Amino acid sequence: MKLTEEDVRYVAKLANLDLSDDEIARMVHDLGSVLEHMEQLAGINTDGVDPMSQVLYDAEETATLRPDMERAPIGNELAVANAPAAGNGYFKVPKVIERQ
Amino acid sequence: MTHTIQSIREGLLAKKFSAVEIAREALAHAERENPKTNAFLLFSAERAVAAAEQVDKKIAAGEEPGPLAGVPIAVKDVILTRGVRTSCASKMLEQYIPPYDATAVERIEAAGALVIGKTNCDEFAMGSSNENSAFGPVRNPVAPDRVPGGSSGGSAAAVAQLSAVVALGSDTGGSIRQPASFCGVVGVTPTYGRVSRYGLVAFASSLDHIGPFGRTVRDAATMLEVIAGRDPLDSTSAQAPVPEYAKHLDGNVRGMKLGVPIEYMKHATGETASLIHRAIDELRALGCEVRDISLPATDYAIASYYIICTAEASSNLARYDGARYGFRSKSSATLSDMYTHTRGEGFGPEVKRRIMLGTYVLSHGYYDAYYLKAQKVRALVARDFTNAFQSVDAIVAPVSPFPAFKIGEKVADPMSMYLSDIYTITGSLAGIPCMSVPCGATSDGLPVGLQILANHFQEEKMFRLADAFERLSRHRS
Repeated sequence: MKLTEEDVRYVAKLANLDLSDDEIARMVHDLGSVLEHMEQLAGINTDGVDPMSQVLYDAEETATLRPDMERAPIGNELAVANAPAAGNGYFKVPKVIERQ
Repeated sequence: MTHTIQSIREGLLAKKFSAVEIAREALAHAERENPKTNAFLLFSAERAVAAAEQVDKKIAAGEEPGPLAGVPIAVKDVILTRGVRTSCASKMLEQYIPPYDATAVERIEAAGALVIGKTNCDEFAMGSSNENSAFGPVRNPVAPDRVPGGSSGGSAAAVAQLSAVVALGSDTGGSIRQPASFCGVVGVTPTYGRVSRYGLVAFASSLDHIGPFGRTVRDAATMLEVIAGRDPLDSTSAQAPVPEYAKHLDGNVRGMKLGVPIEYMKHATGETASLIHRAIDELRALGCEVRDISLPATDYAIASYYIICTAEASSNLARYDGARYGFRSKSSATLSDMYTHTRGEGFGPEVKRRIMLGTYVLSHGYYDAYYLKAQKVRALVARDFTNAFQSVDAIVAPVSPFPAFKIGEKVADPMSMYLSDIYTITGSLAGIPCMSVPCGATSDGLPVGLQILANHFQEEKMFRLADAFERLSRHRS
């Protein structure tokens, strides 16, 4: 299956990524060649194999939990310190009216 | 500086030099060398000297200064340092000042280490050559017209050019081992979960690791001892106790059973293959029993890896939206424009490519054929290793099909760059510990690394083998 320019524009929209026409053309080519390689996955039998989404090893059932103890948060001032725009301890963004 | 962790400790305790002197010497060397390689993005002189003063105070008071006392360390710029800019080599985070330290950084500093600077890398750790940095490529200290490998190229170069004694890097599909191999240093990817990922900027969470670089196996092992262990702030960090890795490096590997994967060696050609074969012969001479093993899912690993890592990346990098931190586009009239323009202007080409690929494989209609299938293949790759480790203690293999390539040689063809990761991504998918240890150089003088892989939490075996091999290579050269 060949990747089209339309496919690339659709995926860019899903990814909230603004791409120039040149970038779109390059993506059609680059992603196309990578996806072509991915096609070979169809050649390996995975019947009855459970998908692996994490590296797992033997551990107690509660191994991923931490004690329920209070920790001091980093604080509002530090939390917004890296914001491109902030005010009154909040993040400032352009006015939200409607999303096209 | 040609110091090791041990030689710094001895010098400090014998009052031959102070930690502050070591810090200043390392910083001066690193700043002098940097124009040649671009290994560092930033120097943290104030922080290093302040840490050194603490070490000197402890020594003066007769207190134990810690296992990394006075050791100059370089930290990859995807690992957070409180108050010290962490850019991930991306325009997106060019001004980002982390409000907290990564657990690994906290631990090395608590052990007396001196963080001298942040190292260059591929943008968001995505790449195999360090050419994807928004702040220019890193040059290989051994051959300046060649890449240092990636993505932790700056950390490998900093250690190779004697600017730092050890360094922290991160590895998702080979980003520690491959640059270690290209620059002729030791690089370790521990078992997944062995080292906390808290404060490591996420690329592909189920594959990301923090690990050490050093010029000796002992230094890398000592460093891993310090950073390994459970961290309540990373729920995937393992509870398993941390052994004293460096203590048992006695050079004895007699009777150790080693496997050589036939699927890896069948493609290996040229000088890299000859050097790996020589290394295997030498290990045999040390008393190891070497046998061929089969890892049949290997041929499918690259496809599996690049689907999983890009899918996770597309999700992890959704956070860079211009709202809370990092870059925001000037053309942000509406919220929607802010998102798309910020991301379009802030990310470099490789990051965009991976976000696109990841979004595609997760999109409606393709999830089962790509993402789910890739996860099943990942299970098969992991199963291959489980089966292999029933009959061998460790696996030895190449790190990369070829030594350091020329800057610019592979940038035009992303797929050929991805294919070069074949020997490292299998271990990453399985989450097993693996490392690169230098095993010689080509006729052009380009370093080649031998990869050693062991079963989950068997870092001790891996280090023992690497150390025995290193003793022998030192003897040879």
